[in-house]
Amino acid sequence: MKHIFQLRIGPVGFRVGSDWRGPVDAVAALYDDYPKPFDGIPDFNVRLFAERPWRRVLRPSVMIGGDYELPDAAPLPLRLGLLAAEMGMNLQMALGQRRYLLLHAASVERDGRALLMTGVSGAGKSTLAALLMARGWRLMGDEFALVDPETGLVHGFPRLVSLKNQAIEVVERAAPGARFGPLQPDTPKGHIRHLKPDAASIAAMDVPARAVAILFPSFGHAPDLRPVPPAETFVRLTQASTNYVALRERGFHALTRLVTGVPAHAIDYPDTEAAIEMVERLWEQSA
Amino acid sequence: MVPLDELTAVYHRTSGQTHLVAAPVPEILAALEGAPATLDVLLARLAERYDLADPDPEALAARLAELETLGLVQRR
Repeated sequence: MKHIFQLRIGPVGFRVGSDWRGPVDAVAALYDDYPKPFDGIPDFNVRLFAERPWRRVLRPSVMIGGDYELPDAAPLPLRLGLLAAEMGMNLQMALGQRRYLLLHAASVERDGRALLMTGVSGAGKSTLAALLMARGWRLMGDEFALVDPETGLVHGFPRLVSLKNQAIEVVERAAPGARFGPLQPDTPKGHIRHLKPDAASIAAMDVPARAVAILFPSFGHAPDLRPVPPAETFVRLTQASTNYVALRERGFHALTRLVTGVPAHAIDYPDTEAAIEMVERLWEQSA
Repeated sequence: MVPLDELTAVYHRTSGQTHLVAAPVPEILAALEGAPATLDVLLARLAERYDLADPDPEALAARLAELETLGLVQRR
């Protein structure tokens, strides 16, 4: 491909190739101080390419491909090239990751101990992770947490935090010094703006942590906190994993170990301030 | 088999499927593990290990039929 950028996010190396300069420049600008893949060999390739040769210049639309592809993926307009690159990397992880049990969860760390937050899209895990980072937590990732089946430890995947719609302004206010990508209006998921993880989170990306709490946040309800028993946590996390089945017995042991060793809670929250307060209080109790 | 709470997670190697089961299934599977048995022998084994309120061979046969459907036990 004509334009190429290589990077590593946590333990996973990527090579992003594109028919156009724009998406690669956008990725390179925000991932400027990320390391390169181990030994220069990426784990996954992402390809951003034109559907037809003439679509490279005329009404350019970006097809997302790579080592793993979805047959019916719709192209994005070139102005959303950064989003296309991010979606491409996520897709490779979701479809191709076999070394770690992949949980669709945000994770933050403090004092060597990790908090996992998982929930349906819109539950607020990216927003909460970004706000906790602004309060001094280490951001391990807003999208994927990687559980090592050998050690049970959680490895970070601190890609750019994907903030959507109202969350953009909330985080801009809470983290005025943070670095944001360009606003990408009118995407298939609404307005999106990416937040770059802070320097401390990037510097510590290779340091795994022991999970000590699992949270299922749910936005838009009166405040409530209730324990979630291990079997229910197990079922919810199999649903939150894209590769639980593919990992077979390794996945089973990694997940049963996690849910029997780590307490889980569901929290309902009306606004982000209430959520942060609930998380901090729960954290103090679990310390 | 990994006990979680009142439910136990069972990984079935042959099919790659995970099952969440409640009592008396984990107890039945444990009693059969590596030691095939007839219905009567199995019931005797369970009675020996647990306080069975009602040692009913018909109920046990029904549970075994369900587990056979899932592929977790085999009839020989």
